[in-house]
Amino acid sequence: MPDPAYRAAPPGALRVEPLGELTAIFDRRSMQTHLVVSPMPEILAALGADDCDAATLAARLAAHFDFDGGDDVQPILAERLGELAAMGLVARA
Amino acid sequence: MRHSIRIAVGPVQCRIGSDWVEPIAALERLYAGYPQDDARPAEATVRLFAARPWRRWVRPSVHIGGDFVVPDALPLPLSMGLLAAEMGMNLQVALGWRRHMLLHASAVAKDGRSVIMSGESGSGKSTLAALLGEGDWRLMGDEFTLIDPVGGDALAFPRAVSLKNEAIAAVAARVDAARLGPLMAGTPKGDIRHLIPRADAIAAMHEPARPALLLFPRFGGDAAIEPMGEGEAFVRLTEASTNYVALGEAGFAALTRLVRETPAFGISYPDSATGIALVEQLWAEAAK
Repeated sequence: MPDPAYRAAPPGALRVEPLGELTAIFDRRSMQTHLVVSPMPEILAALGADDCDAATLAARLAAHFDFDGGDDVQPILAERLGELAAMGLVARA
Repeated sequence: MRHSIRIAVGPVQCRIGSDWVEPIAALERLYAGYPQDDARPAEATVRLFAARPWRRWVRPSVHIGGDFVVPDALPLPLSMGLLAAEMGMNLQVALGWRRHMLLHASAVAKDGRSVIMSGESGSGKSTLAALLGEGDWRLMGDEFTLIDPVGGDALAFPRAVSLKNEAIAAVAARVDAARLGPLMAGTPKGDIRHLIPRADAIAAMHEPARPALLLFPRFGGDAAIEPMGEGEAFVRLTEASTNYVALGEAGFAALTRLVRETPAFGISYPDSATGIALVEQLWAEAAK
C-alpha cells in the first residue's frame, strides 16, 4: 500500500485550543472551526516542518506514546492523515 | 415611513418604521421606560410595510423588512404587528451585529456576575429568566446575550420579554398588569404577551456582568443536573450563536475563553419552580 507524504499547515495558520476531550482548531486561512478528538491533535503536533508519511509519523509518535507493539498503527495513521487532509488541516506533499 | 420609533436595547439602537400607527404605539408603550437618545444613529433598521398601498386598509398584512430579510417570510395580520416588529428587531440584531458575540440565550445577573441560559425554543430559558428577574436577579435578556470578545463579559439585551403560552399566566400572576403588553393569541408562535422588564433591569442594562454559569435548560422530565464538558458547551454555543462564523477568530477566541472560564451544566426540570431551584442551587455552588 502506498504511504503518501503530508505537509503540516504553515506556521501560524492554525489556532489549536484543547477543550477537555475535544480540541477546537481555528484555521485562519479558511476561517473555519474544526472540532477533533485524539489522536488528531497529537498527529498535527508531531508533523514537523518537513513532509511526513504515516511510517515516519508512527515512529515519531512511538517515542511519546505506548502503541503496545500494534502492527495496525501505521494504516490507522494513514487514514487519519487522509481525514486531516480532507479537512484542509494538512496537505498532500 | 409614516410612523417610526427609536429604541435603545442594551448596546443596540433600533429604528422601527411602520405604515401603520398601531405597532409603533404598542412599542412606545412597551419601551416608554427605556433611555432615549434620538441623536444616535440606528444600528438596526426594521420596516413594517404593506405589500400594496391599499393593503394598509384592506385586510392589512404586515411585511417585515430591513437591512436583512427572510425571503418568503409570510406577512402577519396587523393585530400581530407587535410580533412582526419583535421578529424584525431580532433578525436585524441576529444577522447584523458584529461588535459582540451574540448568543441565542437568556441571562440574569447578581452581584456583577451572570447566569447564561441557552436552549431551543421551548426549553424554558425565557420563562426562567423572566421569573428569576421578578425575584432578586437582574434580568439581562430573554432572547439574546452578548459577549464582549475582548474582555469576556456578558452584556444585556433586555428587550421586552416575549412570554409564550403557559408562561403568560405564570408570569402575569406575579406582576403588575401595567407591565404586560396586549395578548396576541394564535400567532405562528402560539399565544404571545410581552412583559416590560423591571425598571432596575432597564436602568442597569449597560452594566456588564462576568459570566459565572452556563446553563442548558430542558423543560420536561425529572429534575436533573448534568455537568457539561468544555467541548460540548463549545459545540452547543457555536450553534446558539447567530454571528459566530461572521466574527471569525474573534468569535473563536471569545467562545473558547467563555467555556473554559465558566462552569457549564445541562438541567432538566418538570416545572418552573424546580427550574428556578436548580439555578439557585448551582449558583450557590458556583459562588462559593
